Amino acid sequence: MSIWEVIIISLIKILLIVVLMLLTVAYLVYFERKISAWIQNRKGPNRVGWHGLLQPFADVFKLLLKEDIVPEKANKALHTLAPFIALFVAFATYAVIPIGPTIELFGYKINLVVADVNIGVLYVLALTSLGVYGITFAGWSSGSKYSLLGGVRSSAQMISYEVSMGFSIAGVLLLSQSLSPTKIVEAQYGWMWNAILQPIGFITFVVSAFAETNRLPFDLPEAEPELVGGYHTEYSSFKFAGFFLAEYANMIIASMMITTLYLGGYQIPYIDKLGLNQTLTVLLQVGAFLFKTAFMLFFFMWVRWSIPRFRYDQLMNLGWKVMFPLSLLNIVWVAVLIMVFRL
Amino acid sequence: MNIEIILFAVLALVAATSSVMMITRKNAVISAVFLVLNFFALAGLYLLLNAQFIAVVQVIVYAGAIMVLFLFVLMLLNTEAEHQLFIDKRGIKFFAIFIAAFVFIEIAFLIFKSNPSKNLSPDQAASINSGTIQTIGQQLYTNYLIPFEVSGFLLLAATIGALVLAKKKFE
Repeated sequence: MSIWEVIIISLIKILLIVVLMLLTVAYLVYFERKISAWIQNRKGPNRVGWHGLLQPFADVFKLLLKEDIVPEKANKALHTLAPFIALFVAFATYAVIPIGPTIELFGYKINLVVADVNIGVLYVLALTSLGVYGITFAGWSSGSKYSLLGGVRSSAQMISYEVSMGFSIAGVLLLSQSLSPTKIVEAQYGWMWNAILQPIGFITFVVSAFAETNRLPFDLPEAEPELVGGYHTEYSSFKFAGFFLAEYANMIIASMMITTLYLGGYQIPYIDKLGLNQTLTVLLQVGAFLFKTAFMLFFFMWVRWSIPRFRYDQLMNLGWKVMFPLSLLNIVWVAVLIMVFRL
Repeated sequence: MNIEIILFAVLALVAATSSVMMITRKNAVISAVFLVLNFFALAGLYLLLNAQFIAVVQVIVYAGAIMVLFLFVLMLLNTEAEHQLFIDKRGIKFFAIFIAAFVFIEIAFLIFKSNPSKNLSPDQAASINSGTIQTIGQQLYTNYLIPFEVSGFLLLAATIGALVLAKKKFE
């Protein structure tokens, strides 16, 4: 393949992902409201369109048509930059997540991943560690106490949980012996899913993912009763929509990472033994990936509407005194697996 | 023109501009923002040199961890007082200019005196290999095992030291 072919194929993939992401996020908000309604025994949005299915578009237009307010004491440049950082980080992460195996289309071999880099997992870690900036800048540049407190809280929270997240990932890397997401998925052949082999690591990773995405029960940066809206108190219109979008995009990222690292990615156990033809296999595998991701997204929402928010000191204690030691324990467990069972 | 030269020009320009912007801003938080941008451009330059592991670690450690802590402190402190210090005392200003000029001459001398490309091997495959995480990991756990363990131990000691300092009363 020439360089131009590579660039064009990558651009098509990027375009597809961005369009799909925007649609998915819009409907995630709809499902979040429907699921919360179901959990609280209400009906949820049901006025716009059939069963409220056009509600997301109504929401988006409402947000875009609102007045964009920048507070007088705000640092204008940073105030504008912050939501874009949040969005950039959220979208750039999709580049390395494989949604299926290599396929052949019109004579080209196409990987179902934008960039199959051999340090993919580190790339994701690098970008998520930058996610803090969007929130921190938003908090500081707004020139408001509530925003600043929200921003400071979130950076403390994200730094703390990044530690146990990194150590949980180390367990996965030890077993797959690679940092490439594609290889990690391939290493989980059959039922050798990391969620089954290292349940402790799975739990610590999922909990850290909740904290990293600022979702309930860890949504302290925007705890309404104490901080109004936290870091996005002073945001309105399109910029607020940016943060909103980034939060849901991050949730999808977290679900996809959990699927890739722990739930076998696009693998269906022993599908190659069934003797199906190749196209069907690939379609089923992509379907499996989307199904697992969708299940994790449902899990995110389920937890949000079931568990109350932690107090700040409880959050920090959980992060440093429970999750961190557990993730270390997981590494020891993986080492035992490797030494004793020669996995 | 090949793509590497274009990328190098863009990244180098970003790195140079952001570092100048960083030292000329009055607001410390804005300076920190430009420093983060500078780290990014540097990471890109490392990638061009086939040092992918260092590029990613540059972002994770410097941009992702250290600068966040810096910002944390800067946002909570009132940095106006430090600002006043440099305006009032002219002696400090001249001293700073002298030190800056000295360090600049030193660095410029070292750059033009040394020949950093003399150790480069013409073998491109070997150079790509030496930047991968596999090679670095293998080297760290074989040839450089003792320095690696020693630095790990030092970091542990520093962590404990920081804990002791932060906790005023140690029960």
